[in-house]
Amino acid sequence: MKRIAVIGAGHVGPVIARLALDAGFEVGIAGSGSPEKIALMTEIVIPGADARWAAGAVEGADIVVLAIPLHNFAYLDPALVAGKLVIDAMNYWPATDGVEEIFEDRQATSSEIVQRRLPQSTIVKSLNHIGYQDLEDARRPAGSPERRAIGVAGDNSDAVEVVEDFIDRIGFDTVRLDSLTAGRLLEPGSPVFGSLFSRTEFEQALRVKAA
Amino acid sequence: MSTPPGDAVKFPLIFGLDTFGDVTHDADDRPLSHAQTIRNLVDEGVLADQLGIDFFGIGEHHTDDWPLSAADVVLAAIAARTNRIHVGSAVTVLSSDDPVRVFQRYSTLNAISNGRAEVILGRGSSIDSFPLFGYDLADYEELFEEKTNLFAELLKGGPVTWEGNTRAALHNQDVVPHTEFGPFPAWIGVGGSPQSVVRAAHYGFSLMLAIIGGSPARFAPFSRLFLQALKSFGRAPLPIGVHSPGHVADTDEQAREEFWPRYLQVITHVAETRGFAIPTKESFMYEVGPRGALYVGSPETVAQKIAAYLPALGANRFDLKYGMGGLSHDVVMKNIELYGTQVIPRVRELLA
Repeated sequence: MKRIAVIGAGHVGPVIARLALDAGFEVGIAGSGSPEKIALMTEIVIPGADARWAAGAVEGADIVVLAIPLHNFAYLDPALVAGKLVIDAMNYWPATDGVEEIFEDRQATSSEIVQRRLPQSTIVKSLNHIGYQDLEDARRPAGSPERRAIGVAGDNSDAVEVVEDFIDRIGFDTVRLDSLTAGRLLEPGSPVFGSLFSRTEFEQALRVKAA
Repeated sequence: MSTPPGDAVKFPLIFGLDTFGDVTHDADDRPLSHAQTIRNLVDEGVLADQLGIDFFGIGEHHTDDWPLSAADVVLAAIAARTNRIHVGSAVTVLSSDDPVRVFQRYSTLNAISNGRAEVILGRGSSIDSFPLFGYDLADYEELFEEKTNLFAELLKGGPVTWEGNTRAALHNQDVVPHTEFGPFPAWIGVGGSPQSVVRAAHYGFSLMLAIIGGSPARFAPFSRLFLQALKSFGRAPLPIGVHSPGHVADTDEQAREEFWPRYLQVITHVAETRGFAIPTKESFMYEVGPRGALYVGSPETVAQKIAAYLPALGANRFDLKYGMGGLSHDVVMKNIELYGTQVIPRVRELLA
């Protein structure tokens, strides 16, 4: 695993890109349009990353991080990420971002709906529940007593393992949830959403929530 | 990422106060009425002027604990009782407002105050205005982009021709009152989106970094980006400001003791809709420490922190967001007094 694609150049995408660069990955990043639109931002805020069209960023990437506003997700071409391992870092958060018809199905988690609409990709939910500012400030090397945990939820255990490795390398412990359905525990409203917990505290909070 | 922006131009140092009109409590810790809160706010602005503070800003909110929905009216009252201090929004939620009305209101404020009006545009992390005025949060990007564009046109003065999806088109429309001496200062408040930084540069607005949690140092690249973007758009450098919350009292202990319970209560209240973690005493102490975003402490502590971060962020302006729902008006007035009489002179001294 050596190349990461970040789709989304808003609040979250550039932060994830920077963490991945610092961890030694090659990083391609794409915004909603041409690379020129984000070229200067990339050069100054995430030096070392390649600003690309989305297709160019995804090409050759081992992991694609989706960090676009969820209301733009409906416009994402599934072919773009076909065959890819995709981290869904997005949230359905109507109180903050407004109501989106396709995510109103409360039987399914938002990542299950993302998976349904990207049937040829393997979706893993992660990086969605931690504030982008905390992502940058709270990362610590492996073994640090101050290390915080990030949840990783997915149906495909091999994919989950790859993502756990990625999360570990950018500076966080992981807590595994064995399905996208269980990923509900990482959604807005969960006690871990927006929080900064150690692995033990994180697991404890999930147990309380699940009980 | 802590190297200061290299080619920052020296703008004069500016020190302001921002408030969201947080409802203050009486001696028995009962909330004052909205009306009394607003009258107190006028007194706070007048005190700020008497102390020589440069700017007084009010952030638009629409909730029971932040009832400042018509900031410009309060600012006009302050303007009428003062001669020196600049008055402005911090922020105007432009996405859910009409740029023509915003221009008219602040141009009027500019007239009343003899050219002391400013406006800081933003989404505001408080989003209550969207449902209130019938806007869809999902349209946020388009609303803000288009309205910023129109506001920039209005600020130039002269008849405006504009067309978009979010309001009626204007054809060679004269919008009054005209400003006396050209455009009044306009800023864009930016939380964490680098593309918003580029947008501010694109339209020629100054940059106000809203740093309300986490490490201020992570904003340094934004200042560099702003200056580079201005250059790439063929514009001259523009001022950069920092807006952060804080509280000043005689001692560090007193400031923390007064601020912490109110901060905990307010953040807990908004945590769900903003995705904030509920603060712990430990996270609070981190935030008030040298690496966090809160400016809480004695005048010396707060001055040292401001003096450290202004150069690190390439900024020439600091606006302290003072007050926190539940503090008393007296405590808030004391905070303003210490900020004006001790913090600001000390920062000037440290940066001289």
